[in-house]
Amino acid sequence: MSAAVTWQTVAAALFPQGHTIREVENFLCGTAVVAGTTVAVIGTSGHTPIGVEIALAQASAVLETVRQHPHRPILILVDTQGQRLRHRDEMLGINSYMAHLGKCIELARQLGHPVLALVYDQALSGGFITSGLMADACFALPAATIRVMGLPAMARITKVPEERLVELAASSPVFAPGPENYLRMGGIAAIWDADLADALARALAHVDPVDRRSASGLARGGRNLAQPVIDAVRSAHAATP
Amino acid sequence: MNTSARQHSYLEATARERLEHLLDPGSLDEWLPPQARVVSPHLAQLDAPVAFDDGVVVGRATIGARAVFVAAQEGGFMGGAVGEVHGAKLVGMLQRAVLERPHAVLLLLETGGVRLHEANAGLIAVSEVMRAVLAVRAANIPVIVLIGGANGCFGGMGIVARCANMILMSEEGRLAMSGPEVIETANGVEEFDSRDRALVWRTSGGKHRYLLGDCQHIVAESIEAFRAAAEDAIDACAAQPAMLTLAGLEADEVLLRQRLSRFGAMHDPLAIWAALGVADPGGLPMLEADAFLAAAAGHRAGVMA
Repeated sequence: MSAAVTWQTVAAALFPQGHTIREVENFLCGTAVVAGTTVAVIGTSGHTPIGVEIALAQASAVLETVRQHPHRPILILVDTQGQRLRHRDEMLGINSYMAHLGKCIELARQLGHPVLALVYDQALSGGFITSGLMADACFALPAATIRVMGLPAMARITKVPEERLVELAASSPVFAPGPENYLRMGGIAAIWDADLADALARALAHVDPVDRRSASGLARGGRNLAQPVIDAVRSAHAATP
Repeated sequence: MNTSARQHSYLEATARERLEHLLDPGSLDEWLPPQARVVSPHLAQLDAPVAFDDGVVVGRATIGARAVFVAAQEGGFMGGAVGEVHGAKLVGMLQRAVLERPHAVLLLLETGGVRLHEANAGLIAVSEVMRAVLAVRAANIPVIVLIGGANGCFGGMGIVARCANMILMSEEGRLAMSGPEVIETANGVEEFDSRDRALVWRTSGGKHRYLLGDCQHIVAESIEAFRAAAEDAIDACAAQPAMLTLAGLEADEVLLRQRLSRFGAMHDPLAIWAALGVADPGGLPMLEADAFLAAAAGHRAGVMA
C-alpha cells in the first residue's frame, strides 16, 4: 500500500467484482460479493473521530443487517482517530452510544453473522474497542497505525514526560503504534500484505466466534501473562470453601 | 441483612472495604489474592510501583445469601486503570461465571479505563473484558455495575459499564468516556474546563446519568445503600432474560436517537434538565438523594435495557 491509502483504493482491492459502498460524512455503508457470498460493509473514513452520530449510524447499519439479512457476514472498515473529544459528546453520554454499537455487533455475532474487521489506516482507543476489536477477527494493513492515545495527552495523564514516551514508543511493544505489536499481543489476527480479496475470502471461510486473543498473545510471545492469569482465576479454589 | 446502624462511605472506602460491607460477612473467596503477588510486567520500565493484586479484587461471595461473582477495582492504585493482569483477572472471573453460573456478577467499577502505562496491552485487555461481560449476559447471567468511587468510571470501562444489565450509581459517582483533562488537552480550556468542578459534575455525575437514562438507579452515598440496591437489582434482573435481544437493542436505539434530537443542540446539562421539565434545574446539584428522586420523578428521558 502506498502512503495515500483511501477507502476507495482499499475497497477496490478487497472487492474486485465491485461494491455498493457509499460514503456519507465519513460513514461507510454498502455491500459487496466475496467468493459468491454477499457481505455487508460498514465503517468510517478520513480518520474521523467517533462521535455520537457516527456511532449510532454504524449501530443502525448493523441492526438493519441483522433484521433484513440473517447470517450475512459483516466487514467493518476501520479508520478513526478515536472517540470525539468534545464536551457535547460527553454530556450526551457518548459511552452509551459506543456501547450500543458494540452490543449491536455482539448481537450480530450471537445470531450467526460472521464479523470481520480491517484497520486500513488508523485505529485508536474507544473508536477501536467498539468496532474492530468487537469483530471475530480483526486484521490490519501493514502501514496501519493502532494506538491508545496521543502522546501529549498520555503524558499529562500518566505524568510520564512526553520525551520518555516518545522513546518508549520507538522501543517498547506496549507503546509502539504499529500493527506488528498488536499481532504479537493477539489484538489482531493477521496483517494483510498481499492479495486483499484473497485474504478476505480465506478469513471468511475460517471465522471463529470465540475470543481467543489472550491465547494468541501467549502463543505469539507478545502478551505473556494474560492467558496464565485467566487460567489461574478459572481454576483457583475449585472446591467450594 | 446488615443490622448495624453504622453507615460507611462508599466514596471514601477502598475496594476491599466496599466488599467487606457489601457482601455477607466472611463470604468472599478471593481468586489470585495479594499473597499470590501476580503483578504487572509493564510498570517497571516506567519506574512505576506495582500492586500485589494489580488493583482489582475478584472472587465469589454471597450477598443476602445469593451466590454472586464479584470484582472491585481499587481507585487508589493507578486510578483503577486496566492493565494486562488486572484485565485478565476480570476476564477469568467472567469466564468462570459462565461455567459456574452465579445468580449475578457484580462489578464495582472505579477506573480511568485503559492503563496508559500499559497502553496497547491495556486496550486489548479492556476489549476482552467487554466481550467477556457480553458472554456472561449471553449465558443469561445478569451483570450489575456499581459506580460511586472518587475516580468515576471512564474510558473503555465507561463503555463496558453500559454493556451491563444494570448500573447503580451514587450522585458522587461519575460515568463518561473521555475525562475532562483529556478533552481540555486536546481541544482547549474553552471546550471543557477540567477545573470547573460544577460543570464536570453536571456532565458526568450520577444525577445527570440518571435523568438521561444511562443508569437505572441512583443510590445514597453509603456502602449499605449500595448493598440494599444491589440485592434489589439481583432480584429484579432474575425476573427477566439477561441476554441481548434485537427488540431490546432496537428500543435502545430509539431512545438514543430521541436523546440526540431533543438535546443535541444544547450546551449545558442544565438546559437538558430544564427541557426534561425539572422544576428548578439550578437547585438540582444541592439535593440529597431522596429529594433528588422526588424532583426527578416523571422527568427522566427513558431508561435503556
